[in-house]
Amino acid sequence: MRLVNRHPSRRAAIVLAALPFAALALAYVVGSEIRLAANPQDKLLPAPGTIWETAVRLFTVPDPRSGELLVWQDTWASLRRLAIGVGLAAAISLVLGMAIGLLPYLRRTFAGFVAVISMVPPLALLPVLFIVFGLGEVSKIVLITIGIAPFLTRDLSQRVLAIPREQMVKAQTLGASSLVIALRVALPQTLPHLIGGVRLSLGAAWLFLIAAEAVASDVGLGYRIFLVRRYLAMDIILTYVIWITVLAFAIDWTLRWVSRRAFPWMGASL
Amino acid sequence: MGVAPRLPVDGGVVVSFVRVRGLWQSYGGRPILERIDLDVAKGEFVSIVGASGCGKSTFLRLLLAEEMPSRGTIRIEDGPVAREPGRERGVVFQRYSVFPHLTVRANVVAAESFATRRGWLSRAGRQAARDRADALLERIGLAHVADAYPATLSGGMQQRLAIGQALTARPRILLLDEPFGALDPGTRLSMHDFVSELRAETGMTIFMVTHDLAEGFKLGDRVLVFDKPRWDPHEPEAFGATITYDFDARHGGIPYQIKEDDHAAIHA
Repeated sequence: MRLVNRHPSRRAAIVLAALPFAALALAYVVGSEIRLAANPQDKLLPAPGTIWETAVRLFTVPDPRSGELLVWQDTWASLRRLAIGVGLAAAISLVLGMAIGLLPYLRRTFAGFVAVISMVPPLALLPVLFIVFGLGEVSKIVLITIGIAPFLTRDLSQRVLAIPREQMVKAQTLGASSLVIALRVALPQTLPHLIGGVRLSLGAAWLFLIAAEAVASDVGLGYRIFLVRRYLAMDIILTYVIWITVLAFAIDWTLRWVSRRAFPWMGASL
Repeated sequence: MGVAPRLPVDGGVVVSFVRVRGLWQSYGGRPILERIDLDVAKGEFVSIVGASGCGKSTFLRLLLAEEMPSRGTIRIEDGPVAREPGRERGVVFQRYSVFPHLTVRANVVAAESFATRRGWLSRAGRQAARDRADALLERIGLAHVADAYPATLSGGMQQRLAIGQALTARPRILLLDEPFGALDPGTRLSMHDFVSELRAETGMTIFMVTHDLAEGFKLGDRVLVFDKPRWDPHEPEAFGATITYDFDARHGGIPYQIKEDDHAAIHA
């Protein structure tokens, strides 16, 4: 039988899915054992037990100086920046993407502009943003927004353009104005793709968030990682990295769930 | 060349509901349709047949006012020339004719709500529109799937919904673009009955593009054949298509008029 036609059973599929995770964990444990055997003071690859103890301490024991649980403060600050930045990008690109997709005049005006703007590396603009917006929250949020809005705008305008011509004509024969076509035909069919686009761009959004926090901040997940890097506190860094991964996964899963619940007509295509 | 178009006559008075005069269409200098004159009486069912690429779909798009002709006019009851699709002209395409994000009932209600300012009916109007939609769905045999989404419906059911939706907007002419082209033969036959019944009930003026000659003669009062009357073997794109035959399909399809006498000799 050809390899392209061979499929694993259900149980085998679960084992196969778990395999890379197990391999990664095993590689880490082995590497950590080797280094700690050579030097018990080694900080580069702390033992899994050490990481677990650090994680429990970070999440439950308040910081002795401020009396606060720093990890929750960092999480809250970072998620807030992420939510506002991504939310702004989603709102801007939904309006702009629909306008570009629906209106030939705006398409001629903005399609090329957005294509060029999306080529600007957002991180290269970070110093400009710090100079213009200061070192506070605004510059971090704006970095996330301008980092992902061009991609989302292009994606959404393409999605609107991909709505079959037949539907657009049909709506007109039912008497729909441009506004009604936008609100009742294009918008509902674009929203699921907006959520899909946001899911795809969340990775980039996290990147911009952590980069901005690493450069100038006093609270946040990225700030903390780059702060404790000076002390080579790998146990804290790894705890934060795992925590960020868990958060990102949870957000992605939630968005997918919302998408499935809110757009049942999309069927299995989400 | 060219015989004066047949005018539907009623008691000595020319009755033309849809009037096409001197219609030409070309894309980038390449003629697609040329010299089309046509008069269609109210309530007539006109089938449009022809080989692929003969411009019959272009003609339907012109009737729909989805595109503008290079020359000539199309008027309904001597009204203004339409510049974009509107409620006067209902349409059912082969595919994508219903809105996938609306339930079956909402698709019918859309025929009323889309014409409002923002696309939504008032609270009072909504219930009445829903009741009317349910009555229509009962009539076209889709009441049991009123709350389902179109993707879960069979092809025949989707087309029945599309026709019901188009008729709900009360257009003056109904355009069908290969409406049964994607259906299996059995479903197609039952759709023929469905369309014939609805037509008897509403007296709608209908244009149907089809590549199925038998279907065209079965459903239509007239069958228009689109073809290229002039043919240059060295330059096949040099000339556009026009109506080469106009058959009366009510009496077993005996042609009462041939528009282009020289057609057969040139087109080898």
